[in-house]
Amino acid sequence: MESVGSFGIIVGIAARFWPVWIALALLLAGVVRYKRKLGLLGHLFDSLIGIGGVLICAFWLFTAIFAHWIAPLDPRVQVSVMKNALPGAIDPETGMVFLLGGDQLARDVFSRVIYGARIVLTIAPAATLIALLVGITLGLPAGYFGRGVDHVLSFLANLVLAFPVILLFYLLVTPGIMETAIPYVMAGVLFLFPIIFFCTLFYTRYKERPEKLYIYLAVTLVVGFWIYAGLVFNADPLGIISIEPNELNIFVAVVFASSPGVFRIVRGLAMDIKTRDYVSAAQTRGEHPWYIMLWEMLPNARGPLIVDTCLRIGYTTILLGTLGFFGLGMGPESPDWGTAIKDGSQVAQLRLYFWEGLTPALALMSLVLGLNLLADSMREQSLKD
Amino acid sequence: MLAFIIRRLGVMLLTMLCLSFVVFFFVNLDPNLRKLAIFQTEMRASDQDLENWLQRNGYRDNFALRFGRWVGVWPKEPVIDQATGQPVARFRFCSEPTESRFSGVLQGDFGCSTAFRTTVSQRLPEALKATGILMFWVMIVMVPLALLVGVLAGMREGSKLDRALSVASIASTATPEYVSGIIFTAIFASWLGLLNGSAATAMSKGISFSNFTLPVMTMAIYGTGYIARMTRASMAEVMTAQYIRTARLKGLGFAKVVVKHALRNALIAPFTVIMLQFPWLLTGVVVVESIFNYKGFGWLLVQAASNNDIDLVLACGLISVLLVLLTQLISDVGYAVLNPRIRVS
Repeated sequence: MESVGSFGIIVGIAARFWPVWIALALLLAGVVRYKRKLGLLGHLFDSLIGIGGVLICAFWLFTAIFAHWIAPLDPRVQVSVMKNALPGAIDPETGMVFLLGGDQLARDVFSRVIYGARIVLTIAPAATLIALLVGITLGLPAGYFGRGVDHVLSFLANLVLAFPVILLFYLLVTPGIMETAIPYVMAGVLFLFPIIFFCTLFYTRYKERPEKLYIYLAVTLVVGFWIYAGLVFNADPLGIISIEPNELNIFVAVVFASSPGVFRIVRGLAMDIKTRDYVSAAQTRGEHPWYIMLWEMLPNARGPLIVDTCLRIGYTTILLGTLGFFGLGMGPESPDWGTAIKDGSQVAQLRLYFWEGLTPALALMSLVLGLNLLADSMREQSLKD
Repeated sequence: MLAFIIRRLGVMLLTMLCLSFVVFFFVNLDPNLRKLAIFQTEMRASDQDLENWLQRNGYRDNFALRFGRWVGVWPKEPVIDQATGQPVARFRFCSEPTESRFSGVLQGDFGCSTAFRTTVSQRLPEALKATGILMFWVMIVMVPLALLVGVLAGMREGSKLDRALSVASIASTATPEYVSGIIFTAIFASWLGLLNGSAATAMSKGISFSNFTLPVMTMAIYGTGYIARMTRASMAEVMTAQYIRTARLKGLGFAKVVVKHALRNALIAPFTVIMLQFPWLLTGVVVVESIFNYKGFGWLLVQAASNNDIDLVLACGLISVLLVLLTQLISDVGYAVLNPRIRVS
């Protein structure tokens, strides 16, 4: 089979990423131009670690957004001649280059990695965000009120944290469990927290100004329950938001596994901030406890929380990879990185056709590395202030 | 101190009971029981046959009762064959009590593994031993390396060495086992051909450099970065302390200050982190043993979970939870012992 050679591969890959390069150039130009006004994002560009983190994260973000332009083939298309083809091999029929070779089912490895980015970068941040809201909604009262609430919630959080992640996944993400109501009940409970959070947020702030309160509450409830219906009952009236049952299962498992971690951090922060003077001042003014928690304490906990969220997205990416690696949840055809790593890591596969497993592995590693670098430089920045 | 340990042990037992109940609930979900029944009866059994099998073997009894039997606080009833009137075992390959008696986890009866066709108590120690050996070597590699990297990076905060080592640590925490396993195998086994890409021979022919290096390296790399970063933070903090400045000002050499004054205090925080790494390593064990085909505890857990082996999953769950809780306890107690400024109350 003809090949374009290693130089051809590098040039070919660089050329396929053209939308990403344009987007990155625009981002960089914007940052250089408005560095002063950007605050934290501008400061990130002061250190090499920060620049590296932002660039890697932005690279994968843009790749996920423009996946359909970058990837030459659909991730599920099989071209039987190209089975286990070497990187750079040329399809004799169409003349198309398989830049990173073909896998054992004769699919284009490059296209699969690109589309995998889309799956990972939708589920991981979304799951982390929901886990964050669950953790905040439960962690703030636990830290603020202490005593009974704290004991019960901390005990529950420690229960989940003492559970080995891998066993949790094997129990929660199996085909059998989708026949039962458990994933839907868990989704129903977990996805309720964001709605509760935003309703409380607006209510405590605007309860004296009903004209504003009603607008905010109405928007929250409509949007909230629209997404809720789409995710939990798969019954979005407009049909925009829908999720496969197995993806919902993964989503719920990942949220469930990472919420207690957020809870612990928020609880610790709340216990620390509770002793500050401005909290006593608000208490003396007679503010409602939830107002104090959400509008006085939460904004002051944002620094560590942002850093933690960044790290947590990386950790969630690793969890998703673990799920795929054990063949849990994701369909066998799914182009996500974990599944691809699993397929590529069988002994024979790894010995002879190592690029099939190595490519998604490097992709996953670089994304997590980017997120960790970003978190690290943000931590440095927040320590400076 | 004693009261603290006793209270913690109490909470630990409660946690274990709750988690066992959760695992028990999940493995006994209806789809799982049906799978078990299908596996144990003939392939073409009708729904009624499956239901009968479950009924006869006590899987349809009250849920709390069955949990009580598993724990060992409720007597286990033998299954009576209706034709002969004699007690028969539920599974051919395990013996069971022939009369009604307490026989659960508390009595040391972990039940019967349907996947390996033997009792759980026979299969488990062997796997635990194999994993223990792996963990031992991982700790031998990981802890000194991580502490060295952390101390070197933290002793001069902001130096070039610190920057380089910090980025390396961040990179290693960004590399989960299934990624580093693949990269190392691709380099050392496929490309260079130096090491063995599988640890299967470690079980039969004994451990050797070629079959054990890759699993140990793969597992150590993820934890190393994390411990190193904790050590670095702790070291950097200690280096700014007054007594270090005093030591420097009285004319002691830098190396001597680091080794004699800073090191001991800087290693308290990493101790907790190292202890808390154990549960983290558990996931790593599962991944690494699957990649390298090493038949230890993690491999057993995967086999049990994917083959719907109810009793084995329960036992594995119990052991891993026990491990997690014990390490938490040791890390708390150890922290208090090591650091005289901390008083438990």
